[in-house]
Amino acid sequence: MDKKTSRRKFLQNSSLAAIGTFIGAPIVYGKNMPNGYIPVAVAEEIDPFQQFGLHPDMKVLNDRPWNIESAAHLLDDPITPADKFFIRNNGIMPEDIDVSQWTLTIDGESASQSKTYTLRDLKDKFRHHTYQLALECGGNGRSEFNPPAKGNQWSVGAIACAQWTGVRLKDILNDVGVKNDAVYVGFYGADKHLSGNPNKPAISRGVPMWKAMQDETIVAFQMNGKDIPLTHGHPLRLVVGGFPASASGKWLTRLSIRNKVHDGPKMEAPSYRVPCKPVAPGEKVADEDMCIIESMPVKSLITYPKTGAMLSKGKKLSIRGHAWAGENKVTEVQYSVDFGSTWKQCKLEAPVNRHSWQRFSADISLPATGYYEVWARAKDDQGRMQPMVLPGWNPKGYLNNACHRIAVKVK
Amino acid sequence: MPDNKDKWLKQLLWIYRAILGIIAFMVTSFFLFIVIYAVDWPSDDASIAANTRAKEEAQAAPKQDEIVDGIHVATGLKAGEGLDVVIANCTACHSAKLITQNRADKKGWKNMIVWMQETQNLWNLGTNEEVIVNYLAKNYAPEKKGRRAPLTNIKWYELED
Ligand code: HEC
Repeated sequence: MDKKTSRRKFLQNSSLAAIGTFIGAPIVYGKNMPNGYIPVAVAEEIDPFQQFGLHPDMKVLNDRPWNIESAAHLLDDPITPADKFFIRNNGIMPEDIDVSQWTLTIDGESASQSKTYTLRDLKDKFRHHTYQLALECGGNGRSEFNPPAKGNQWSVGAIACAQWTGVRLKDILNDVGVKNDAVYVGFYGADKHLSGNPNKPAISRGVPMWKAMQDETIVAFQMNGKDIPLTHGHPLRLVVGGFPASASGKWLTRLSIRNKVHDGPKMEAPSYRVPCKPVAPGEKVADEDMCIIESMPVKSLITYPKTGAMLSKGKKLSIRGHAWAGENKVTEVQYSVDFGSTWKQCKLEAPVNRHSWQRFSADISLPATGYYEVWARAKDDQGRMQPMVLPGWNPKGYLNNACHRIAVKVK
Repeated sequence: MPDNKDKWLKQLLWIYRAILGIIAFMVTSFFLFIVIYAVDWPSDDASIAANTRAKEEAQAAPKQDEIVDGIHVATGLKAGEGLDVVIANCTACHSAKLITQNRADKKGWKNMIVWMQETQNLWNLGTNEEVIVNYLAKNYAPEKKGRRAPLTNIKWYELED
């Protein structure tokens, strides 16, 4: 028996009756359940804070699979460190990774050949590039939707902007050879489906060719100058800034150059899709009327101060945060302290590279004692601005870019 | 003469010690052999810890099944009619935290089940389905909220500097 899986394996190999004895209650209702499942509701017996080295303010939404979110005030660093980087797993993380044996295979209908690279090959053969890339979960902000949307109920913390080092995906694709009819690149990773079925990928999404060929779309082996942490895709990960983070496949083992839109698990409706045309809240939307999310929308977050700040009258309030806009650039960030009646400009910095977030800041004087909310809204280079209420409802609760609000009191 | 007797005693003591030493060596070797070959000894600290934990949990398990303040301790699910069926069928792949985070009416819960059956290998629930959907719609029903809720759970603190 090996490590932490021993108990799971023991249970997997036991009969329902034996499991019943183990958990102290007979399993009388599992009569339709196939063998090999463990209906024990005991979480993985590891402390994620210790095991993954997380900041104590991180919030665990789900412990099997791991879904852990950050918070606005934790995201104040210009470059998000690993301990404050949200985790969105779709399946079971690979174990016992042997870096020396790790390979990446490129195949697919539109690949001129099928080719396999070792990790060493990738590092030796192609030029290395480092970019700071904003990765936001498509479902960030889901918890606010009404009627409620299905899935992990993210608040505002499923966004991070770390520094990624790797090789350009386009350099690999060109080395393999791409046929003229190529439409999409789909990824496969070493994580396993939650049902334990080894032949079923937990998630296999991808990106259209134009995105695959962008300079900043990389196959990364480092995050913030170190080996990528296990939870973020060690030892190899696709990093696609500006798109929903689910396009950035972790534990990358294979890329398929497709002659059609990739059809792996979680490419299909309703996953990571929104209604092609706006719908009323709660409306049922047919699968064929759901379109794949590409660019994430314009958004911002006040990362300082933490909500709940109290200051004495006459003191200036300095705020700062980050703004990002998917495929686009942020051109303006404004703040309001009177519930959206009037807005003032924030100072805004240029991004260090495309798809990185941009720093904003402002010094605010609050006129009198009382309860205030500081609201921030960003505008992209297409003239689109964050809404103050929720944006269009969609069945899975994606793309909530409503302006961020913090509470402040002057005494 | 006394010299000779001393020598003889010393020799006897030496032989005695030697025999003791040989016996001790044999016993130790025997145990070592058992420990190395006969027992499937855990190979590292992690597995020792896992084994101990598994044993402790096996003993603690009945306690895990307790209901405290209307909440099933092990899963965090609300106590209510159908809880057992939900635990048996809904916690095999993911933790119950995915359930307790979500809110939906009967139709919504039914849709989630159908989605898992079509795409995630969830089995046919047979007559249990109605029990499960009723439990979920009753205990995890949508709450009314507007287009934007007031800020809540604010922990006030003095802003330094
Ligand atoms: C055979 C495996 C399996 C079983 C058993 C199972 N689920 Fe799921 N369920 C999944 C997978 C896989 C997901 C997607 C998880 C993710 O994306 O993190 C999921 C997601 C969910 C979600 C989130 C919905 C969404 O759209 O993301 C809810 C709620 C849920 N399950 C409830 C249940 C309930 C209730 C039951 C019992 C009837 C159940 N599950 C049994 C595999 C299963």
